[in-house]
Amino acid sequence: MSTLLSAQGVSRAFGGVQALSLCSLDVEKGSITGLIGPNGSGKTTLFNVMTGYVKPDVGTVTFDGRNITNARPDKVFALGVGRTFQLTRIFGRMTVVENMLVATQHEEGWLRGLTRSKSSKSELDSAMEWLDFVGLARLSSMEAGSLSYGQRKLLELAYVLVADPDVILLDEPAGGVNPTLINEIGEKIRTLNKSGKTFLIVEHNMEFVMNLCDAVTVMHQGSDLVTGTPAEVRSNPLVLDAYLGGGEDDEDETIEAAHG
Amino acid sequence: MFRTRSALWALALVVFLLYPVVVTNPAYRNIAVVTLIFMACATSWNMFSGYSGYVALGSAAFYGTGAYTMALLANHLHMAGGAAMFWLVPLGGLAAMVAAVPVGLIALRVRRHTFVVITIAIFFVFQLTAINLSFTGGTGGLSLPYVPWGASYFEVPFYYVGLGILIFAVILSALVRRSRFGLQLLAIRDDEDRALGLGVRVFPVKLTGFVMSAFVIGMGGALYAMLQGQIYPQFVFNPIFDITVALMAFFGGFGTLLGPLLGGLILESAQQYFTVTFSGGSLGSLYLIIFGALFLIVILFMPQGIVIAVRTWFVARAARALRETPSGDGALVGGGV
Repeated sequence: MSTLLSAQGVSRAFGGVQALSLCSLDVEKGSITGLIGPNGSGKTTLFNVMTGYVKPDVGTVTFDGRNITNARPDKVFALGVGRTFQLTRIFGRMTVVENMLVATQHEEGWLRGLTRSKSSKSELDSAMEWLDFVGLARLSSMEAGSLSYGQRKLLELAYVLVADPDVILLDEPAGGVNPTLINEIGEKIRTLNKSGKTFLIVEHNMEFVMNLCDAVTVMHQGSDLVTGTPAEVRSNPLVLDAYLGGGEDDEDETIEAAHG
Repeated sequence: MFRTRSALWALALVVFLLYPVVVTNPAYRNIAVVTLIFMACATSWNMFSGYSGYVALGSAAFYGTGAYTMALLANHLHMAGGAAMFWLVPLGGLAAMVAAVPVGLIALRVRRHTFVVITIAIFFVFQLTAINLSFTGGTGGLSLPYVPWGASYFEVPFYYVGLGILIFAVILSALVRRSRFGLQLLAIRDDEDRALGLGVRVFPVKLTGFVMSAFVIGMGGALYAMLQGQIYPQFVFNPIFDITVALMAFFGGFGTLLGPLLGGLILESAQQYFTVTFSGGSLGSLYLIIFGALFLIVILFMPQGIVIAVRTWFVARAARALRETPSGDGALVGGGV
C-alpha cells in the first residue's frame, strides 16, 4: 500500500492557542483510517488544513505525491479530496438534486458555467444514481432545507461522492444519528471502500471507529499521539491517559467552536 | 402549468407593447419610461444580489456611470440630439461594467453586512468624484444634446428602448437562473464555504455576476440621462436609487425572476403616479404616507415578498387538494422560478 493523503509536521496557531503542533498523519491508499481524540485535540483543524480551508503555519500536506499545502479548497476538491462537515452543511433553499449538481463540475473552467445548462444528462443520471445509493432518490425534487438531520448527513455524503473523489474525509458521520442509520452509514462506507475509495474518518463513537477502520490515529493536544490498528490503539496506555484525563487543560473548546 | 405561464408572459408583453398606443398623456408615458428603467435595473440587481445573497447597495454608482457616459460621449462626439444617441446606451452599460470590476474586486472580499457597508462607501466615492471632477461639470451637471421630437411623440422611442432593455434583462436573468453559473450563485447564497469545498470557484463566479448585473443598470442610467436632457451628480449618483432598487426586489420577491418586475412595476408607477397627482395640491405630500402604508402592509403580511407569499399559498392549497383526493399523485414541488 502507498500513502495517498499525508500531513507532515503541521502546526497551526489561532491567536495564542496552538491548535496543531507538529502533527503528522498518513492515509494509506484504499484504507479506512480513523482519527480520534478528545474534544479540542485538533482533529477538525487538521481536516481544515488538509482540505485547504486553513493554511498551516508550518508543515506540508501532500496528495498522491503532489504538494497541496497552500491550495484553495476548490482546487483540493478538484484534485480528488472530498469532505463533509461536522455540522452538516447543505444548500437549504435548493432542491436535493440541485445540491448534487453543485458538486459535478469537476475541473471545469468557471466561464464555462455561463454557457451551459445546470446539468447534462449524464450528470443528472449520476446524481440520481448516488441519491439512490444513499436512499434519497424519491426526495430529489424536495427543498433540501426540509430534510431531517440524518437525511442531511446522507445528502452531504452523496454530493461528495458524485464528484468521484479518491479520498473522502468524513467529520463525525455518526454524530447525532440514530443507531440504525449509523449501521447503514457504516455499511455504505464499507461498500465504497471495497470499490476503491479511501476514507479518513473523525468520530467519537468508538464502536463505529473500531469496527470500521484499518488504522487509527489518536490525537492529543494538537499532535498525533499513537497510530496503529484498532486493537493496538485500544490497549495503549497513552491513549487511556489522554481520554481519561492526565490532569492537563486539554479542553480547548474555542478551537472547535471557531472551526467546527 | 407551463403553458399557462407562457401565456401570461405573452399577455404581459402585449400589454407593455400596446401601452404607448393606448395611453397618449405624456405625463403617464413618462411615468412608464421611468418605471421600465427601474424594473430593468431591479431585475438586473436581483440577478446578482438576489441569486448570490450579496445585497449590494451601491448600484447607483453604475447607474450614474451609465448616465455620465451618455452625456459625455454625446457632447464630445458633437452628436445631434435624436435617435442616434440610443447607440450610446449599450456603451453606458459597458462603461458601468468596467467600473464594476474594481468595485467587485474590493467589495466581494467581504461578506454580508460588511459587504453592504463597503458597497455604500464605494458608491459615495463615485458620487464625490462626479461632484469634484471638472469634466463632469461638478454640481452644475451636464446638458445633453437637445432631442427635437414633438410633444405628442417624445416619450415613445424612449419607451420602446426601455422595454427592449427590460426584455433583455429578464431574458438574461432567466438564462442565468437556468445555467450552471446560476446554480453556483445560488449555492454561494446558501453556503459559500461549502460551495468552495465542492469545487465552485466562488470569487470569479461572484465577480462575473456582479459585473454582468452592472451592464443593464448602466444602460438604464444612460437612457435616463437622455430622457432628462440634463443630469446632476446628486440625481444620477443618488443613494435613494441604491435603496429603491433593492426594495423593489425585496417587495416583489428576493431571488425570484418575477419579484423585481412586480416590485418595480408597483412601487415605481405608484410613486410616480402619486407624485404627479398629489404633490403641490392641497393634499401636499400625503402621497408619501399612502406609499409608506402600502409598503408596510406588504412587509407585514408578506415578509418574503409578493411572489414567494403567493407561491407558498398555492403550494399549500395544492397540498390540501391532494389530501382530499388521495388518488391524485401530482408532485407538490415545482421548480423554483
